[in-house]
Amino acid sequence: MSEPLLKVEGIQAKYGDFIAVHSATLDVPEGKIVSLIGSNGAGKSTLMDTVAGLHRPSAGKVYFKGEDITGLPAEKIVTRGLSLVPQGSRCFIRMSVEDNLIMGSFPKGVRAKAKDNLEKVYNLFPVLKEKRNDASGSLSGGQRQMVAVGRALMTDPELVLFDEISLGLAPTVIKDIYATIKRLNKETGITVLLVEQDTQRAMKTGELCHVMLKGEVVLSGPPRELGDDEIKKAYFGI
Amino acid sequence: MQVIQLIINGILLGGIYAVLGVGMTMIFGIVKLTNLAHGEFVILGAYGSTLLAQALGVDPILTLIVTIPCMFLIGMGLQTGLINRVMLKGSEPALLVTFGLSIILQDAMLLLFTADARHAGAAYSSTILKIGGINIALLDIILLVISLVTILILTMFLNKTYMGRSIRATSDDTQAASLMGVSVKKTYAIAMGIALATAAVAGLCIGLKWTFYASSGGSYLLIAFGVVVIGGMGSIPGTLVAGLVFGLAQVIGGANYGLLVSYILLIIMLAVRPQGLFSK
Repeated sequence: MSEPLLKVEGIQAKYGDFIAVHSATLDVPEGKIVSLIGSNGAGKSTLMDTVAGLHRPSAGKVYFKGEDITGLPAEKIVTRGLSLVPQGSRCFIRMSVEDNLIMGSFPKGVRAKAKDNLEKVYNLFPVLKEKRNDASGSLSGGQRQMVAVGRALMTDPELVLFDEISLGLAPTVIKDIYATIKRLNKETGITVLLVEQDTQRAMKTGELCHVMLKGEVVLSGPPRELGDDEIKKAYFGI
Repeated sequence: MQVIQLIINGILLGGIYAVLGVGMTMIFGIVKLTNLAHGEFVILGAYGSTLLAQALGVDPILTLIVTIPCMFLIGMGLQTGLINRVMLKGSEPALLVTFGLSIILQDAMLLLFTADARHAGAAYSSTILKIGGINIALLDIILLVISLVTILILTMFLNKTYMGRSIRATSDDTQAASLMGVSVKKTYAIAMGIALATAAVAGLCIGLKWTFYASSGGSYLLIAFGVVVIGGMGSIPGTLVAGLVFGLAQVIGGANYGLLVSYILLIIMLAVRPQGLFSK
């Protein structure tokens, strides 16, 4: 088997004295959709923030494309082709939709492609083109999530981490966004790591599934091979 | 006729007030810091323009070519070497540092430039234009144009360039900005540089229009503060409008009650609409 695109080894992350992630180890193979599930407080978001460089790990290693990126700041990691869509979309609410998207081409390496990438995002989410001049703060939750996804795609990533993009959205909107992610993965070969609380959806979408519990990855494998009972046990820790 | 004269005087004054507040509002909105040394930076700019114009025998406006880049570099240096460091410990230490800076700067300027009153004179300083029955000082028009051009350039920079967008993005959400490849500390440094560059412009305006002392910073900080609060902290169009409002209030109050009227307006504003005219 070839080297995975993202390799997380024994990552530990703390907030002061509180250890949010004890020791997380997981692989994300290139070209796949991988899901990471776990209950509230399992440490999924902290792990994502740590991988993307928003949070410094206190132990462990992160390898991306075989290179050690542990502890690099977020602004350096994104230039290597790893992009995070943070929880709650985190749009620049006072900026227009188009300015939000253009922010995604801030890294110098992708500025030349800004126009092409913008067209691609507008093709993916036509509604954003209609609202390009509106402040992103005036959009609905689903549209904001589209802006956040589009913004991440503008950085020309090889791997995108989606941190609970379904949170607080209507089921039909969730379905659309998931369909888009699948399409992206198939058409452009972008590798995807999906963080979810909704186990069913994660199992359906992911080709590989990791389950997190109390700050550790306790179960990994293709969803078909993992039994429902096994996942339930891992998820709830019983 | 007198009313029109009053309004025009207010607007002319307001332009200077707006450029006085614009640097402070930027730091408020982007770095989330109350820069208590802003008044001293403005006076530093005023000294720069006045002394340079005297030494070289050129028009004070031309000295901006030197003072703007110098003040920009001072701002970047201060933010990188000092304020970014203390901001790691929270916003209160950073606030105190700017207070300390204001005292140090004031005393340093007193030491360097003595306690004498200074003024930058220009050939057009006392030219009065009579239009209809209204008297307008040519200098005031020039200063208004300088202020408006400064604010226009700043607005275009913030809206149309990658660097400007990254500054606005950082002011909305620092983490999301860093996910887009923006170095927050570098952005803060550039924002402080720009704020000081606008202070250079404000300093020039003050040097041309009034006499100033090494200790004048405090009173200009108060005006800047009023403009920032009325305009909505961090809003540049708000600063422009607030500058005009503040200028009008001052003119309406006249020489004796100008500041009183302005600050009563400020208090009313804080009570009725504390988020300012143009807020988030």
